[in-house]
Amino acid sequence: MTDMSQPPLSPIGQPQLRREDYRFLTGAGQYTDDVVLPGQTFGHFLRSPHAHARIRSIDISKAAKSPGVVQIFTGADLAEAKVGGLPCGWLIHSKDGSPMKEPPHPVLAQGKVRHVGDPIALIVAETALQAKDAAELIEVDYDVLPAVIDITSADRSASAVHDEVPNNVCYDWGHGNKDAVDAAFKLAAKVSTLEFVNNRLIPNAMEPRAANAHYTKHDDSYTLYVANQNPHVERLLMSAFVLGLPESKVRVIAPDVGGGFGSKIFLYAEETALVWASKRVNRPIKWTAERSESFLTDAHGRDHHTQVELAMDAKGNFLALRVNTIANMGAYLSTFASSVPTILYATLLAGQYKTPAIYCNVKAVFTTTAPVDAYRGAGRPEATYVVERIVEQAARDLKMDPAALRRQNFITEFPYATPVGLTYDTGNYAAHLDKAIQLADVAGFAARKAASAAKGKLRGLGYSCYIEACGLAPSNIAGALGARAGLFEAGEVRVHPTGTVTVFTGSHSHGQGHETTFAQVVAAKLGIPVGNVEIVHGDTGRVPFGMGTYGSRSLSVGGTAIVKAVDKIIAKGKKIAAHLLEAADTDIEFDNGEFKVKGTDKKVPFGSVALTAYVPHNYPLDKLEPGLNENAFYDPTNFTYPSGTYVCEVEVDPDTGKTRVERFTAVDDFGNIVNPMIVSGQVHGGLAQGLGQAMMEACVYDPESGQLLTGTYMDYTMPRADDLPNFTVDHTVTPCTHNPLGVKGCGEAGAIGSPPAFMNALTDALGVKDLAMPATAERVWRAAHQNA
Amino acid sequence: MSVPITLTVNGKAVTANVDPRTLLVQLIREQLQLTGTHVGCDTAQCGACTVHLNGRAVKSCSMLAVQAQGAELTTIEGLSKAGELHPMQSAFRECHGLQCGFCTPGMVMSAVNLLKDKPNASEQEIREGLEGNICRCTGYHNIVKSIQRCQGGKVGNTGVAV
Repeated sequence: MTDMSQPPLSPIGQPQLRREDYRFLTGAGQYTDDVVLPGQTFGHFLRSPHAHARIRSIDISKAAKSPGVVQIFTGADLAEAKVGGLPCGWLIHSKDGSPMKEPPHPVLAQGKVRHVGDPIALIVAETALQAKDAAELIEVDYDVLPAVIDITSADRSASAVHDEVPNNVCYDWGHGNKDAVDAAFKLAAKVSTLEFVNNRLIPNAMEPRAANAHYTKHDDSYTLYVANQNPHVERLLMSAFVLGLPESKVRVIAPDVGGGFGSKIFLYAEETALVWASKRVNRPIKWTAERSESFLTDAHGRDHHTQVELAMDAKGNFLALRVNTIANMGAYLSTFASSVPTILYATLLAGQYKTPAIYCNVKAVFTTTAPVDAYRGAGRPEATYVVERIVEQAARDLKMDPAALRRQNFITEFPYATPVGLTYDTGNYAAHLDKAIQLADVAGFAARKAASAAKGKLRGLGYSCYIEACGLAPSNIAGALGARAGLFEAGEVRVHPTGTVTVFTGSHSHGQGHETTFAQVVAAKLGIPVGNVEIVHGDTGRVPFGMGTYGSRSLSVGGTAIVKAVDKIIAKGKKIAAHLLEAADTDIEFDNGEFKVKGTDKKVPFGSVALTAYVPHNYPLDKLEPGLNENAFYDPTNFTYPSGTYVCEVEVDPDTGKTRVERFTAVDDFGNIVNPMIVSGQVHGGLAQGLGQAMMEACVYDPESGQLLTGTYMDYTMPRADDLPNFTVDHTVTPCTHNPLGVKGCGEAGAIGSPPAFMNALTDALGVKDLAMPATAERVWRAAHQNA
Repeated sequence: MSVPITLTVNGKAVTANVDPRTLLVQLIREQLQLTGTHVGCDTAQCGACTVHLNGRAVKSCSMLAVQAQGAELTTIEGLSKAGELHPMQSAFRECHGLQCGFCTPGMVMSAVNLLKDKPNASEQEIREGLEGNICRCTGYHNIVKSIQRCQGGKVGNTGVAV
């Protein structure tokens, strides 16, 4: 692979084809379930069939004698071993100053089950089928309790999900200036209002969660293969907070991971139980979720009930925004659950607008459903839905062009401090609005609407001007807001004697293409071919540290850590080059793979400097260590703020309720772009998930029994190829001002901006104020006929 | 109780003993260790397990291994010949038709079969032809482009390959 003769490709900004694709296309990818270890056993979890019940007794005696069973573990075994509960990583305080309620989240049920799928026992057997067979022989005597499903009445339910939280309220939190908002509403010339549900979603990464835990007796250590987005965080939480193990004794490997979308950030019960049990059986134990287990136990997303009011003056200038939200936490607090409807939601309610006063109240409740946590966008889609639906409603109430009303209220001067705690560093909202209007041919919409009407169809157009905040930071401010973790990223750049480079990053790629994008960045910085840069991620045994991939942070935070490490490499390389070239350190410049003495033709290539660092015969050993290997940790000074304008155009068949997205235009400002091909792919995928939420996806629990009614792909509607249009994707660029790459993040934008664009278009077509997501054919048909 | 079966897998004769309840995908993944074929659901919906059985795309999770007795089976590992990617595999790479890679083997196997049946499929026919395969990453946009590129015979002419 070492070929220093190739001219550099100036890789930043190139649609470099992905280096990871060959293995995925030929079946050579290695996902967790593909890992088979010597002496492999298989785990299966017996799960609660009830939403809410006390466990009177568990009898494993028959199951323990079932063929192939190695051992069976229940909550009692874990309690006896003093295994802790799963922790929550963000402490929220209620308005009255009290800390949120954090009832225990046992790894295996302790006396009670709180949602269908709550794990009760781990069966370890020689084969997966034998473990499943044995599970059927376990006898559990339940005392069934009433389910708590409806979030709007959970705080008045006679049934308490946790005995220690009798009103089911986790916290009742407020953010913003309530008095200023109340005062502004009294002066308002016009108030627009909406009330809606942000529908509960199931993430559905195509690779089900999986884990394979292995204990090694000779050094008393554990290795865990797990489908996870942040292996160091997984290790930290599991070892320090649950199992009481030194981190040095636990290695977590997240190999190829088949999609995450947030659902693989969290520390789950299953892998924790497997690690603990692997020492007890002294053999590796593998568990791979069946899809039905994924539906029941992956952390779900969204699930808000919200009332929103927007106060305006007579000219449509926004005066104040008041938001009241009830958010579902599910049965237990998942790893970052508490932060999603608070810190990642209310802080985004300014959107792209200079609304001077904003107040948001969020009541989070426990229910007998799977835990709810971050799912692609995490709080920001919910905030964008609130802002962009109410702004569209305001335009209708004022009988104004919705684009003009938005433009009138845009923030135009940066940096801009919002009334909800963020400071936007840069942006140009009119630029992407203008571009989107042009690309979407808004001017031609009236003619297309008339053509649809001539066919008996209804046509509508909707905008969404979203903002998001990526790369959650800085650590000290997040800590003051309740974060129990750091928000930096780590990178190591190891230059080998031959001049090839291995980069170790704490970011994790599960589809994002870091092996390509990060290599482009390093190759560009060092002036070497992309093929000479290898990216390593997803292994606590190889990567120094990391916080992982979530919140569209990988390039802006993880990439910057790598850039800082490369800068250290270059700085040291200059000293080595100065020695070789007999010049002063300060006279050396590095450009396009060569160290040069300024103003002369004296130079030495990067590869020679690398070799000299490892064969230090002609080397300043008295003042410089040999070797060329550098680490960096980067803690950002601010979030990044991607923004964009999405324009959706739909056509509805009022006879069937069938809605087709005829055009979808997305113009995003992600700052600088390293690989436009990968960025467009991220937008496409986000749009599909956002349109999935708006058009067809819904997680539904039976309100009486608490059973999950949408527990398979035959009940939970996933977007398929013929449900979606071709997307028109383009960009504007205002570089981020506070990271060296000027990048902002692109992973979640599509899912954040698209649901309100679709619903604004659909309600425009139907001439109705609101319609519940997902806008299924039935709901659309009813709305079309109600109106007629 | 196990049952002996013989079949041809990626051009090679294979004999295996299977529990009668073993699914074809379990035989492929667990006994033959061809882990490119994936399991994404339990209900024959997602298509991640799609293979070619006697020249037809089938979901290997929805048939028993014993039903493949005597069959010709091609998995994703057998699609490329002598290290050369099949044109459909190249097209997926060139059009960024994959992200996490998990649905990809099944998607490629379905796409090959789709064009075998309908070489001149329209975009709408391609989208309908992919109904049996779920992708959560790409929004299908670039998967459709990949198949169209393969139709157009332009594979191998673009991209900044490493």
